[in-house]
Amino acid sequence: MIKNFLYSQKVAPYVFVLPFVLVFIIFWVYPLLSSFGMSFQKVTLGQEASFIGADNYTKLMGDTIFFKAVRNSAVYMILTLLILIPFPMLFAVLINSKAMWGREFFKSSFFFPALTSVVVAGTIFRLMFGEMEGSLINSLLGVFGVEPVKFLKGQTTGFVALVALASWRWMGVNMLYFLYGLKNIPDDYYEAASIDGASAFQRFTRITIPLLKPTTIYVLTISIYAGLAMFIESMMLWNGNNSPKNIGLTIVGYLYRQGIEKNNLGYAAAVGIVLLIITMVINLTQLALSGMFKKEEE
Amino acid sequence: MKNKWLISFLVVSMLVFLAGCGKSSSGTSGGESSVLNGGAGDKATELSYWTFVELHGQHFEKMLEKWNAANPDRQIKLNVTVMPYDDMHNKLSIAVQTGVGAPDIADIELGKFPDFLAGEPQLEPLNDVAEPFKGTVVQSQLDLYAKEGKIYGLSTHVGATVAFYNTEILDEAGVDYKSIVTWDDFKKAGIQVYEKTGKYMGTADTSAIWQASLLLAQQESDLTDADGKPQVNSPEMVRAMTMLKDLQDNNVISTIAGGQPDTEEAYGEYNSGNYAAAFMPLWQMSRYTNYMKDLSGKISIAPLPVLEKGMHRSYGGGGTGTVVTKTAKDIQLAKDFIAYAKLSLDANIEIWNTLGFDPINMSVWDMKEVTHNPENQFVKYFVNNPFDVLNEIKEEINLIKSTSASPTINNVLCTVTLNEIFEDGKDVQQALDDAQTQIEQELK
Repeated sequence: MIKNFLYSQKVAPYVFVLPFVLVFIIFWVYPLLSSFGMSFQKVTLGQEASFIGADNYTKLMGDTIFFKAVRNSAVYMILTLLILIPFPMLFAVLINSKAMWGREFFKSSFFFPALTSVVVAGTIFRLMFGEMEGSLINSLLGVFGVEPVKFLKGQTTGFVALVALASWRWMGVNMLYFLYGLKNIPDDYYEAASIDGASAFQRFTRITIPLLKPTTIYVLTISIYAGLAMFIESMMLWNGNNSPKNIGLTIVGYLYRQGIEKNNLGYAAAVGIVLLIITMVINLTQLALSGMFKKEEE
Repeated sequence: MKNKWLISFLVVSMLVFLAGCGKSSSGTSGGESSVLNGGAGDKATELSYWTFVELHGQHFEKMLEKWNAANPDRQIKLNVTVMPYDDMHNKLSIAVQTGVGAPDIADIELGKFPDFLAGEPQLEPLNDVAEPFKGTVVQSQLDLYAKEGKIYGLSTHVGATVAFYNTEILDEAGVDYKSIVTWDDFKKAGIQVYEKTGKYMGTADTSAIWQASLLLAQQESDLTDADGKPQVNSPEMVRAMTMLKDLQDNNVISTIAGGQPDTEEAYGEYNSGNYAAAFMPLWQMSRYTNYMKDLSGKISIAPLPVLEKGMHRSYGGGGTGTVVTKTAKDIQLAKDFIAYAKLSLDANIEIWNTLGFDPINMSVWDMKEVTHNPENQFVKYFVNNPFDVLNEIKEEINLIKSTSASPTINNVLCTVTLNEIFEDGKDVQQALDDAQTQIEQELK
């Protein structure tokens, strides 16, 4: 009986996907539905929750700090997209090229920052971008006669530090994705193109970029999500969730402040739902525009 | 063959990774933990204690030894976990409210205390163990951590705010700190210091409200009104901030890395002699002896300058209430122990000896053999004896109320408003009006 069941061709696939489905339901669908419910309640830990309708959402719409957080997250996302897609792609092509020396060395050293903990990296960047004369960046600027900058107290300079941290950390990871994509492009195409007289630049724009499209879309999708959901980097860089004038506050940071620091879980759930909606809208639009939902043609 | 090695390597690294995860989630709570024995035997009860100030653990270590020696049948081992300020309060708040994972004993900072008193406090009332000490300790310090007549936290110190002057810098500039009585005197002295030495007299704090509070206390005002409602744009507050802004414009005070004297960055700045004065509660003394060793023998303590002669010259700043959680293993034992470790005369003497705090049992203030003990590290470090100053201002220590609005007020002022005023030069009245609006909006 059991044997029949296990060897049944109809049942087996379901058995194999069951772990994923279970994980998906327990750790994704359930929390999502539950926080959707919470966003319409006033929830304080240790006390009975009460239903308050859309109050959390109306309060959210008049909350200037929330909009500040949304703006910060959006700017951060756009900046990371502008840096963390073209450059890793370029580096991947360079490292993949046979003419490059020390390929393995560069591959591992680019990837190395991703292995350090954000906590350590954030602390080190905080010290590097310190406002004192002796901090690393300020002493470098001092060589060129620039006055010490209070990096972590200004909006623009704060973001310079934040994006520097993100670029340093994620460059290698994105590069690995692109390297993997490049390995899947058959050498024959390049050979054929060279025979036809295509220049290196033409081969890059006409062969590499189009054939890397699935990888690029994947990296774009996860980068949009990662950019909007960023939290720990900011928390570590500013040594806590309360940056001066909230210059480093992100959507998730605001969720944490409301839910954990102020014990207002219902309001935090509303923030989370709004974040989910923003991420979904951007990503679905992006995926639709890039044709990911079209049926395979040919 | 090569593959086999690769696979074994991967398996080993996975195991290491998993072991790493397992360890961090198994209850050390992410902070630095250590178990204090205090000469306890095998039968001792192990109690856990969370704090955000490493030094507080040292005091408990001393009191634990005494307790274990005096109570052989009720011995305690104390498992101390030190965590960063925000981290500890967040974790503790979740733990006590869910009833899972809270320590038996914890330190809660005054500014965060109202959060823990909201609704039905998940802390044990301590009235029965505090009762025997009534009359020996300052009553207002017991009331500070109470709600509806129930005491939930035992105070550590009075926190009388004083001025710390670096006499080396002042001598170089030819300034005598004893002649500074009002803020006008301070301004004149500061201009002289800046002209002669190029150094700033003091700090314009952007991440703490000690300065705002002490200036309000001088004017008999507060951050909240009689009903506990925020009033951060009161005329008194505007006067205070305008005065500080004027000092900043005249290069008397300047913003500091870290945003206030009690931060790691600022310890470094002070230690290198870049700032000549700090206005801080007396517990800042322990920061000097522990983190600013180069200044030994150079720091004098004096009463605060005032806006007008005759105003009260101090206020009780900061504070830590030690609490027992409802989920404590042995509630009575924990309560008896913290009362012994915080309220007894012995404890109050040790709080001065170990921590350099101004104890809440004021009879200690008059014990010359304790306060003027030449072997005491604080007596050795500072130019004059802190208790000479404390006894002079004894009757002038005002209080700033801690209400349910306080955590929000604190947050808005320290992240936004003070930065706008001292870093961006925003108009004082405008910045404070905006702060008031923001605080009211958040409290809705």
